[in-house]
Amino acid sequence: MPIQYSGIVDEHQAVRQACGVFDVSHMGEVLITGPDAESYVNHIFTNNVKDIPDGKILYGMMCYEDGGVVDDLLVYKVADKHFFLVINAANIDKDWAWIQEQSKGYDVALEHQSNLYGELAIQGPDSERVMKEILGIDGSDLTFYTFKTLSLLTSHPLPLLSRTGYTGEDGFEIYATPNYINECWDKLIASGRCKPCGLGCRDTLRFEVGLPLYGDELSADITPIMAGLGVFVKLDKEEFIGKDALARQKAEGPAKKLVGIELNDKAIPRHGYVVLKDGQPIGEVTTGYHTISTDKSVCMALIDSQYATLDTEVDIQIRKKVFSGKVVKKQFYNKNYKK
Amino acid sequence: MAKVLEGLYYSESHEFVRVDGDYGFVGITDYAQNALGNVVYVDMPEVDDEVAAGEEFGAVESVKAASDLISPVSGTVVEINEALEDTPELINQDAFENWIIKVELSDKADLDNLMDAKAYAAFCEK
Repeated sequence: MPIQYSGIVDEHQAVRQACGVFDVSHMGEVLITGPDAESYVNHIFTNNVKDIPDGKILYGMMCYEDGGVVDDLLVYKVADKHFFLVINAANIDKDWAWIQEQSKGYDVALEHQSNLYGELAIQGPDSERVMKEILGIDGSDLTFYTFKTLSLLTSHPLPLLSRTGYTGEDGFEIYATPNYINECWDKLIASGRCKPCGLGCRDTLRFEVGLPLYGDELSADITPIMAGLGVFVKLDKEEFIGKDALARQKAEGPAKKLVGIELNDKAIPRHGYVVLKDGQPIGEVTTGYHTISTDKSVCMALIDSQYATLDTEVDIQIRKKVFSGKVVKKQFYNKNYKK
Repeated sequence: MAKVLEGLYYSESHEFVRVDGDYGFVGITDYAQNALGNVVYVDMPEVDDEVAAGEEFGAVESVKAASDLISPVSGTVVEINEALEDTPELINQDAFENWIIKVELSDKADLDNLMDAKAYAAFCEK
């Protein structure tokens, strides 16, 4: 996947206003089946899959015992005792090893399917119509974070269509054989109704709506509680890896919190730049941009919790200069999901 | 295809100098603006700041990344292009017309270390 095709701004606007397509075949897929599939997924996953209906998707994390994050992922409930996990490309090897290690004592079958699947993300307000008219795939019966299986010539690996994405817009993701995915890509591009989109705008789009990227806003050192993603950590579950540490952190309050910061200038705060209060370092920028949709210099930053209150004045060191700004909500553009 | 203008001096880090008497207008080349994509901010020095050949004097920010500006000449900044403060995208529209700083040159021998249009065009081809 290249950084860009026609340009980050152009592709970004296409997704916000019409339709764009991303070839995200690099994502990883793992299938978990067997008598203990549900309890095993609940053991490694912070969200709660117990008794969710078939066709439902949950977002959450796999955590270490100390609450640090192995990866953030989607769990698809295909059927009873049958779960499909979508994991980050950069973490595939680590995740697969982790998933295997933790499965001891559980009666489950694990299948690593990353090489069997290609994946397309069709995103934007026109995505439902474009997908129907160009690919003949009807997604109108799906609500946000649900999926269905597709009837294609090959049923292995199981072709799936979900109403999900990483852009803050309505959209779909198709999981199927690389051949089928390539055919869909070619048809969509040839139609002229869907812009090819690259990694550049994938990051600007997800950033604007405050979605985390593993490695920036979540990591082995940044827990979901610090990242403000506690809603995806079900502490009322009986047990899961990391529960004790996360429960303690939630009760005590984390030492650092992820916040949004808006600068009073056009300079761009980028990953790793230091956040200051009265000249003293209080944290670091995790992701920052001059936002395309709202024309502001903003970032997400992990800072000492005492400064995380909205409207707190903070500074960011950018090269040789110090720029002033304030703490804001870490969502810089409203999501437009179809519920 | 990136535009290269005759009569200017060029650096390997893709800055240009247009010499006018004792002064040099420094900016980034068309090749550089094209590689950067949409410019959203130009970090400029202040008037009366000293710049030195081969040393950083600011940065150009695109959506993608921040790129340091390396001065091709030494001297004193006598003017900055204030239009870029509010409309940095002028650099995308015409990089050569929208210089970034005007420098009073302290040593014109700096120019001998820079490329002419033909050499720079060949450099960009590599």
